[in-house]
Amino acid sequence: MADIRQKVIEIIAEQAVLEPSDVKMDSTLEDLGIDSLGLVESIFAIEEAFDIQVPFNANEPEESDFDISNVAAIVAGVEKLVAEQKA
Amino acid sequence: MKRVVITGAGTINALGHDVPETLEAMREGRCGIAELDVRDADRLLVNIGAQVKGFSSEGLFNRQQMALYDRFTQFALVAAREAIAQSGLSFAGELAHKTGAILGNSGGGMTTIDENYRSVYEEGKNRVHPFVVPKLMNNAAASHVSMEFNLKGPTFTVSSACASSNHAMAQAFQMVRTGMSPVMVTGGSESMLCFGGVKAWEGMRVMSKSGCRPFSANRNGMVQGEGAGVFVFEDYDHARARGAEILAEVAGFAMSSDATDIVMPSKQGAARAISGALRDARLNPEDVQYINAHGTGTAANDKTESAAVADVFGRHADTVMLSSTKSMHGHLIGGTGAVELLACIMALRDGVVAPTINYEEPDPECALDVVPNEAREAKVDVALSNAFAFGGLNAVLALKRV
Repeated sequence: MADIRQKVIEIIAEQAVLEPSDVKMDSTLEDLGIDSLGLVESIFAIEEAFDIQVPFNANEPEESDFDISNVAAIVAGVEKLVAEQKA
Repeated sequence: MKRVVITGAGTINALGHDVPETLEAMREGRCGIAELDVRDADRLLVNIGAQVKGFSSEGLFNRQQMALYDRFTQFALVAAREAIAQSGLSFAGELAHKTGAILGNSGGGMTTIDENYRSVYEEGKNRVHPFVVPKLMNNAAASHVSMEFNLKGPTFTVSSACASSNHAMAQAFQMVRTGMSPVMVTGGSESMLCFGGVKAWEGMRVMSKSGCRPFSANRNGMVQGEGAGVFVFEDYDHARARGAEILAEVAGFAMSSDATDIVMPSKQGAARAISGALRDARLNPEDVQYINAHGTGTAANDKTESAAVADVFGRHADTVMLSSTKSMHGHLIGGTGAVELLACIMALRDGVVAPTINYEEPDPECALDVVPNEAREAKVDVALSNAFAFGGLNAVLALKRV
């Protein structure tokens, strides 16, 4: 699980052009300066890294079955998807 | 009606990464055509092309920009930076609202298309990068030029195959001439030298495997190039008022459609575009010293173009110089007219007419002065630039020395 968190943080940090240590679990994407294009790129990178399908629709992010409200929520969502995939 | 002048020029192509390098290569009659360096080149039947060599986006674009820029967009931006820097213009307020970017392009982001088709078809992947669409769309280059330079006026892409750039520049010319915009950024870019791009052209069986020899009796087809040419077109009074350096005047243009065949050119269609450009610029055939030919090096184009020029120029056809610089920089398809306009500017400004290189054997069907193999010094007051596209779409520009 720590691996997943670390990898997600690395992906988000790269997108935000920050060091992973600057990405806090309670940071929002807005705090990190990631815009909508950066968000879809991050989701793509997450899908590639974990070989999962993230249920995210850029038209209505709030309606998607994937919480992006902060880094912790994203990590939790990815952990759930990875677990489901293994199940 | 306003007079329209060119106050900035930029390029990147197989002959050089900027205008001075390109013009020097044209003066020296250097050939930019070489063996193709593309993935799976061993599966290509046509192995030559005029590729841009030694180009690195490192330092030119940041990581986020690179995720969005196909090679044809990168070329357009490099050329636009050079042209706009030369013009000395910066865009804010009213000028920004009226200035736009109209660029020619035919294939869109072919490298992006090629790579992503590979990944979904060949590698069986079911997911592509989110920016595939904004990278491959034909208008990406024009849009990114508008964003980088804050151009908020009319901005779009013109796609008419090999005439795209000339059609685009004709549009920009019209906008400045009618007073709609005091300044327009225009030209074109193309990058089709990837496996799928070359493969598609191979299918036409008009590509040479040995070289581009326009107007020469032993010519055997065209050779593709890549790159971009971008210009700043400006209202003459606007340019004079700010003391800008003027490279040349755009005096007129004409467009025509053959309305006959999707690939075979028509002498009448080409002749109507050439004579129309002269009429529009209020010039007579005897006023013209130089024509930058479409000159693809195919059997059909070169003899049809020679016949069209002979028809329009009559007894003056023997005194006009007609050269094809595609022999050096290859055929840039949607970007070709833009790079070729540089040869016209060189003729007008520097009095140097770029040659048709690789000229080996006279062809009685192309019996004009094609400036064979070596550049020539000559006083040129008026130059034309021809573009005759697949689809029978023709666009000719007329330029004058200022």
